[in-house]
Amino acid sequence: MAARTPQDMLIAGGRVVDPSQRLDDFADVRIRGGRIAEVGANLARGSDELHVSAAGLVVAPGLVDVHVHFREPGQEHKETIATGSRSAAAGGFTSVCVMPNTSPTNDSVAITELIRARAAAVGLVNVFPVGAITKGLAGEELSPIGSLARAGAVAISDDGHPVMNGQIMRRAMEWAAEIDIPVVDHCEDRNLAAEGVVNEGCCSARLGLKGMNRVAEEVQVVRDCLLAELTGAHVHIAHLSSARSLDFVRDAKARGVRVTCEVTPHHFSLTENAVSEFETDAKMNPPLRTGDDVSALVAGLADGTIDCIATDHAPHHTDEKALEFDRAPFGIVGLETSLAIGLTHLVETGRVDLSRLVELMSTVPSRLFRLGRGTLAPGSPADVVAFDPAAEYRVDSTQFASLGRNTPFNGSKLKGRVAITVLGGSISFRASETLAVATP
Amino acid sequence: MTAAVPRQKDLLQIRGMTADDIVAILDAAGRWTGASGAADTLTGRTVVNLFLEPSTRTRVSFEIAAGRLGAMVVNIAATSSSIVKGESLVDTARTLDAMRPDAIVVRHPSAGAPAIVARHTKASVVNAGDGAHEHPTQALLDALTIRGRFGRLDGLRVAIVGDIVHSRVARSNAQLLTTMGSDVVFCGPRSLMPEAMVSIVEGGPGRLTPASSIEEAVDGADVVMMLRVQHERQQAAFVPSLGEYKSRFRLDAARLERAKPEAIVMHPGPVNRGVEMTPEVADGPQSVILEQVANGVAVRMAVLEMLIGGN
Repeated sequence: MAARTPQDMLIAGGRVVDPSQRLDDFADVRIRGGRIAEVGANLARGSDELHVSAAGLVVAPGLVDVHVHFREPGQEHKETIATGSRSAAAGGFTSVCVMPNTSPTNDSVAITELIRARAAAVGLVNVFPVGAITKGLAGEELSPIGSLARAGAVAISDDGHPVMNGQIMRRAMEWAAEIDIPVVDHCEDRNLAAEGVVNEGCCSARLGLKGMNRVAEEVQVVRDCLLAELTGAHVHIAHLSSARSLDFVRDAKARGVRVTCEVTPHHFSLTENAVSEFETDAKMNPPLRTGDDVSALVAGLADGTIDCIATDHAPHHTDEKALEFDRAPFGIVGLETSLAIGLTHLVETGRVDLSRLVELMSTVPSRLFRLGRGTLAPGSPADVVAFDPAAEYRVDSTQFASLGRNTPFNGSKLKGRVAITVLGGSISFRASETLAVATP
Repeated sequence: MTAAVPRQKDLLQIRGMTADDIVAILDAAGRWTGASGAADTLTGRTVVNLFLEPSTRTRVSFEIAAGRLGAMVVNIAATSSSIVKGESLVDTARTLDAMRPDAIVVRHPSAGAPAIVARHTKASVVNAGDGAHEHPTQALLDALTIRGRFGRLDGLRVAIVGDIVHSRVARSNAQLLTTMGSDVVFCGPRSLMPEAMVSIVEGGPGRLTPASSIEEAVDGADVVMMLRVQHERQQAAFVPSLGEYKSRFRLDAARLERAKPEAIVMHPGPVNRGVEMTPEVADGPQSVILEQVANGVAVRMAVLEMLIGGN
């Protein structure tokens, strides 16, 4: 996919963490012809290869985000495939799955192909389209699921416009099971959500904002688990936010249902208090919830109930987020802060180890969506990230590669900076000041 | 030499105000109660009434208050404003700011909107009601009314009954009265009075508690404040019918008998005749509804003077 020429290189002296090989040790990683050639201690430095000093850095398979919005085609004032790709590379990501709520909607082979072609031309990240479940995300007529899959869609979803009709969802799952691709659902009963803009609870009560009750999410999680059981489809619950939702997923998994789920960095690290005094950069759907939910999600990340971390990277223009709270759009950007939030809120606190974090951010999401990435096994595409887990910095959204500045983490102190991202053997991002690279 | 205390720029919400802040405004407003007199303290000042939601009494009250102090008043209503042409609130604020008004009084259907206007203008902004969030001058005029009757604002029991969750009046009053040391009881149907509503106040010595029936809420109350019930609530199934609502939550003479004999009955208006309370209560000797309206002008005169009066 990469439009750039791969370079042979040796990433030397780092701590290599690759859960796919149960590897966590100091080692060198050699890349040849865009693929991983070998991983081992003290590899001889070749005269014809780029030498990347990874001393003090963690070297891991490139990160994978199965839930992002790149807004192209149609909403290029928010983000483009090019700026989204740069943002992904800067965040250490080498593969992303882009949601179909573009304009026009990605419910056709033509749009799927367009997205793939533009992403390939940019060549900074592997972009895997997610096709729509229903035409126009209208929840009525199924999109051509098989054709979308053949054109390169790795999953189907009506993200942001959840399929309310249970029978339509059942049929979609039957077809998805037939074709064998995951159905990704944004779980929200629109009637119960009742046009809420924040979690229903202390925040909505204090600020006089319409609340979205957690039950609006939970009831759809239960429905999807039951339908997955009925149809045999693989259902992937997007951005799960409530402790009870997690309980239902845990129960379904115990029964052998093919259900998996993701959690966003903001839902496992922030509560509804971040909405503070009408902070629209803390407005997203599902909304931030309570401390009890955050604790449950962190436990779920540690114990394996939650399969992966996904950002729901949702760039919006500053003017849009400057609207009145109830009129401002839902969503925040996440690609350039995700790794640091994981390192700061999960690893630094001792809740998960580094290897588990890499599993959550690379190994497992790649496996769930069958992307063939997320590993440094010899022969695999050379998608690699090297980061300094100890580097502390203050988030400055004006420095983002993304066009979106909308993040509640702006100004927060986080730990963990990406030093270099390699996509298919070519460097897609380099924080030059922190990295010694010697050309042959 | 004492250091000059920077003057407060805006009045956006009761939350965050101290008892001293509140008393200062009430004392200043006391000078204008009963007086139909005028002054010239705001001569040469411009007050813009930016009302982006229908309102009669609050807009007129601000207009009269500003006019009595000699200010020039400009009224902007939702239907005539550029908002209907799609202008953003930030652009509206910047545009108004370019004309250098001294104060902008904002009524808006979205919670938090006056704070947006305040951030984008040098003028003083007064929140005249933002969605279900706050209505600070209403709480102040209610406090002035209560203080006028009881001579104090502490140690009272105030029942607030009705559509609590959608009420900016309930939020501002609960915060103000608990800050001043009175206890507030919230009462309404479960659909309109979620549990979390009793956790909204902060900092004050007074307590905010729920009551499960109007009888319990009114029992021993010094003040019974009835909230307006919007007809739309029926469509969204908050209440099955107004009849159902009335049978459980309408204040009638029998229910009012549970309050203290000297208790007063309040309503922020406009009243739905016969819905929130029976006509005999609304027009009865304990009703202070018109006194509230009169005090509204006094409070708004005091607020405008405080924010943009003098030098």
